[in-house]
Parts: sequence; C-alpha cells; structure tokens
Amino acid sequence: MAAIDAFSDTPWLDPAGQKPLVQIKGLTKSFGAFTAIDNIDLDIYQGELFCLLGGSGCGKSTLLRMLAGFETPNGGEILIDGVDMAHVPAYERPTNMMFQSYALFPHMTVEKNIAFGLQQDGVGKSEIKDRVHDILTLVELQDYKKRKPQQLSGGQRQRVALARALVKQPKLLLLDEPLAALDKKLRKQTQFELANIQEQVGVTFIVVTHDQEEAMTLSTRMAVMDAGRFKQIGTPTEIYEFPDSRFVADFIGSANIFEGRVVEDSADHILVTTEACDVFIDHGQSVKIDSRIWVGLRPEKIRIEKSEAAASGPNQISGIVDDVGYLGETSIYKVKLESGQIVDVAAPNQMRPSSNSDRITWDDKVLLSWEPSNAMLLSS
Amino acid sequence: MTDATQPSEKLPASSWMRDLARRAQENWRLIVIAIPFVWLLFFFLAPFFIVAKISLAELAIASPPFTRMMEWSNNGIVTIRIVFDNFAYIIDDPLYFDTYLNSIKISASATLLCLLLGYPIAYAIVRSGPVAKPIFLFLIILPFWTSFLLRVYAWMGLLADQGTINNLLIGLGLIDEPIRMLYTEFAVYVGIVYTYMPFMILPLYANMERLDGSLNEAAADLGARQTTTFFRITLPLTKPGIIAGSLLVFIPATGEYVVPDLLGGGNVQMIGRVLFNEFSRNSDWPVASAVAIMLLFFLVVPMMIFQYFQGKSSEVR
Repeated sequence: MAAIDAFSDTPWLDPAGQKPLVQIKGLTKSFGAFTAIDNIDLDIYQGELFCLLGGSGCGKSTLLRMLAGFETPNGGEILIDGVDMAHVPAYERPTNMMFQSYALFPHMTVEKNIAFGLQQDGVGKSEIKDRVHDILTLVELQDYKKRKPQQLSGGQRQRVALARALVKQPKLLLLDEPLAALDKKLRKQTQFELANIQEQVGVTFIVVTHDQEEAMTLSTRMAVMDAGRFKQIGTPTEIYEFPDSRFVADFIGSANIFEGRVVEDSADHILVTTEACDVFIDHGQSVKIDSRIWVGLRPEKIRIEKSEAAASGPNQISGIVDDVGYLGETSIYKVKLESGQIVDVAAPNQMRPSSNSDRITWDDKVLLSWEPSNAMLLSS
Repeated sequence: MTDATQPSEKLPASSWMRDLARRAQENWRLIVIAIPFVWLLFFFLAPFFIVAKISLAELAIASPPFTRMMEWSNNGIVTIRIVFDNFAYIIDDPLYFDTYLNSIKISASATLLCLLLGYPIAYAIVRSGPVAKPIFLFLIILPFWTSFLLRVYAWMGLLADQGTINNLLIGLGLIDEPIRMLYTEFAVYVGIVYTYMPFMILPLYANMERLDGSLNEAAADLGARQTTTFFRITLPLTKPGIIAGSLLVFIPATGEYVVPDLLGGGNVQMIGRVLFNEFSRNSDWPVASAVAIMLLFFLVVPMMIFQYFQGKSSEVR
C-alpha cells in the first residue's frame, strides 16, 4: 500500500504511468448466438471500489464470473496483477467472490464457513482461529460464530458472506449484487458499512449492481453497461453530471432530452437550437457546427417560477403545469411546453404546501430556466 | 371465524348447509389429520395386531388354522390363551436366526451397491441439460410400467445356463462352458439391485436438485478442488437423500420373497421365503406370524430409534 500511496491515493483518476491491478483486453463471451460480453477493455486499480451497473442481461454478472473463473472467455484476456488468468482455475485465482445468494454452506457454523477457505490454503489451526476471530470482529459477528446460517437474519448472513470472502485476503473481491437481498432501510445502512470495510481492509472491490443509487454511493468509479458493452466509465459525479450518451443520461437519474442542431461553436461556449428553445452551454465541450445533437437537462437543475411572461433569450422555456407530484422532500412538476413535450422539473419543498400561498399548482403558467453550465451534451 | 358465522344467523332458510360448511371449516385441521390417521389405523395398525394375535396362538386343525385367543365358556368365564411357544421355537432353531442374518447381509450389501451405482446416476441426471433430464427421469420410472414379476422372469431368461448372456458369451467364443449365474447369490444381488434402484435414485435426485449450485462455485472460489468440494459440501448435504434412499431399498429388500425365490432358487435363504413357506406350505400361521413380528422388530425398532435421533439433530439446525 505504502508504495502505491507514494504515487497516488487515487491512481484511477490519473492513470498515466500507473500499473492497473486488473487489465481486461478485448474480452468477449457468447452463449450460443447470444453475445454476453462484446470485446471490452477495462483497467481497474489497486484500492478501487468499482461498480458495474446495468439492467438485467447486460453482461455485468458474466463479466464478474469470468473474473472469478466460473466462465471461460471466447476471446481476449484477463490479467490480475500482471498474471494472465486464462489457464488459472477458479480455485487457484487470487480472487474471492461474494455471491448474490450468499452461498453459505448450510451444514456448517458461521465459524466453519469462514474457516473453509483458509483450510484449503493449508493455514495452521491457531492462525485460522485468529484470522476468523479478527474478521468476525470486523463484521461485528463475534457472538454468532456457533450459529448455522439458517439461524441468522438476512443482514447477518450478508456479513458472514462478506467475512468468508475477505478472510483469505484476496487481491480482488468480487461482489455480485451484495445488497439486493436486503430490505431498503438495511440496504442504505449497509452501503456505507461496505464502503467503510473496503477502506479499512484496502482490498480492491468489483461490485455488480442494478441499483444506481447503490453504485453512486459505493463506487470510486463505475461502468454503465448495456448489451455487453461499456457505455461510459467514470466517477459517479462524471457519470451523473456529464453523461456522454442519451442512454447513460436516461439510465442514471432522469433527464429531459431535447434534440437540436449546433449553430455556434466557439472556444468558451456552444449554442444549440432545439424545437423548444435555444440552449447556451459554457462548459467547454466542442461540437462540430451544424451537427445533430441531443441536450439533456436534469429535473433538479431547472429553476421553476410562476410567470405570465414569455421566454426571452436562451436557456428559458415557458409552459403550463400539467401535473404535480408531491414526494415529501421535493415536488416533481410536469410542465407542458408549447410543442407538447413534457418537461420534468424537481424543486425542493422549502415551505409546507399548505402555508405557501405562492405555491405552483395545476394549470399555472411557469417559466423554466437554467444556468449555462447545467445542460449536458449527449450523443445518440 | 366469527365473521363467517354471522350470515348463517341472518339466513335460517338454508342454514343446515351453511352450518355444515362452517363446522367443516372450523374442524378443518382435525379432518386433515384424521384422514392419514384412519388410513394407518385400518391398513397398518389393525393388520399388525391381527398378525401379532396369531403369533401368540397355537397351530390347530381348524379354519383358520390356529387356536382362538379368547373363549367364552358356558358359565360365562372368559379364557385368554397366550402362547409364546412360537417365539421360543424361532429363537431355538438356528435356521431362523441365520436366515435373518443372511437377509440383512444380502439386503445391506444390495443397498450399498444401489447407493454406489445410484448416486452417480442421480448426480448425472441433476447435471444434465433441460432436454435430457426429463428423458432420463422417464427412463428411471419406465420399468414400473411392466409387472415386477415379469421383469424378474426376464432376468431368469438372461441369467440361465442356456440363457441370453451365456449363449452370447459362448457364441463369441469367450467361454466354453456356461457360467452358472441363475440360482446363485449373484443372481439375487442382480435382481434386488435392479428392482430397487429407482427407489435409491429418486430420493437422491430430489435431494440433489434442491441443492444451490452456487455452493459448489463458492467452494471452488474458496480454493477447494472438486474432490474436496464433493466430500465436504455435496456429500454432507445429500445425507437426507442417502438415508431416505437407503431405507427405501433396505427395508423392502430384507423381506423380499420373489427375487430370492425365482433367481436364488433354494440356494439363497432369505426370511421372506421362510415366511412364505411357513404360511403356505406348512400352513403354520402362528410360526409364520411370529417370524413376521420378529422381522418387524429387527428392522423397525432400530429404524425408529435412528429416526428419533435424526429428527432431534435436524431440530437443532
């Protein structure tokens, strides 16, 4: 760790000259006619908590299973710490996996489940005892070591599964939907626990999830997958604030998308005209003039105010409130534009609706506006 | 419950039907339990007591051929006669004890053979593809579509001195003299293993099918090779299937009559044949009943004790 720290705590943000822990090159996997993984490349660095995010059937689990050695690639290679994994069977890989079903051995106690992996490595009895004790302390299950998995709650089983995978101190820990089996409240709490444990042990995690909130909270970097390919790889902020395609903008959070044409492209801004309005963008992206493009706007990045006035100038649209959804902390306004398109706007409820005489409601005329830096440029 | 009773009070016209329905609903649990209880009472417990009663009687020239247990004499006195001679006779004569032992030896060995052959078969079926699996299961059950007796006769044709197997081997020039197979212990083993194999495979299959496939992957992931995974994960988790299958083979095989009679001839003594001979040839119902009761105790009592402890240990899980 220390040697790596000397370079950078976060090598993935500045990969030049850094040696990745996991290198995936041109990896392909198909099942019959179905291509699960389509020629992908990826580097993952020591200490990362990397999330693979995507809908079901996007190939994220297949990728994880290939890293663990349960599936054989049809092409390309996987290197872990510089070693080609092509002919290394699952039982000899420096990886451990936490299964979605947890796959705890039902006939063994918590203690024996955790010791199983160490026994396979021929670790001495007293060392096994110490290491099992340490890991149980880490996941706060010392009092449950004599229990069988059926005698534990879902959250406790999840922690046993994590402990069993971590106790072998793998170079890479693979987690397949680690929180999917927990209820919503426990899941939120466990997200932070998982990230804390990862920080404490310093092991590189690769997490497969279909839950974007989970991916956003957990990961140092994440990859959005679709149809066996990476749509975008980046930090949660990059993915959310600067999605580069309509798919990613729509998949992560929600976005209002306008189709348009680039009319101005100068060093500090571009101007896109769309059916609804002109959009002025100043975050320095450059697009060829006259090209067809899509512009995305996050609902919470749009200001909404009651106004009879028509829109004047770029980054403004007027419309009529078609529907209001009260979510407690925020309200969602569905605003109908002249063109008939519906734009979602989210605004925090800083006052109780009952005590707010000026509140926006059905059929109000409103003016929408946003900062020039808020619009996102999207490819198809 | 109370909600269901209210409409019946309002509508007295067809109240008896509603009443019946309500009572059935209230006593539903009782009815459900009563069905197997009545079944076992009539078809297991009652015959058992009849046989037990006969075993305590004496042989008599009468119809049925044994003395009555209770007799009312004219002066109103009831005489109860219980004779333990039959049990004393069975214990005294080493023939019976040896036959019990031989039966248990043969059926235990056959059970082990069924397990050794059936376990990999069940494992292969579980692992087979979605097209092959129902076909394999169908093939396992297929023999039941013909009579058990017919299948044993077929084995006689295969194993006889002039049978299919010997003729084939002689025809191929591998042997000059036919190998004696029919009317040997070998033939009895073949018959028992063949007929009882499905009873081993099916419970094992049901057990293995329920196992979470990711357990094997988890073991491999934690560094276990296939043999380790088998002995430490698969085998312990299929123990219920092994026990169920073994009991389903061992218990009926011990009392088996047809296979040792047809394939073993007079050369293989098993308790089922002895029992049949006592009943039909010697017409000695009391001794035959005593043989049956003893068999029951030899088999069922150890099983019950075993089941009891098995049940206790699974409660702890």
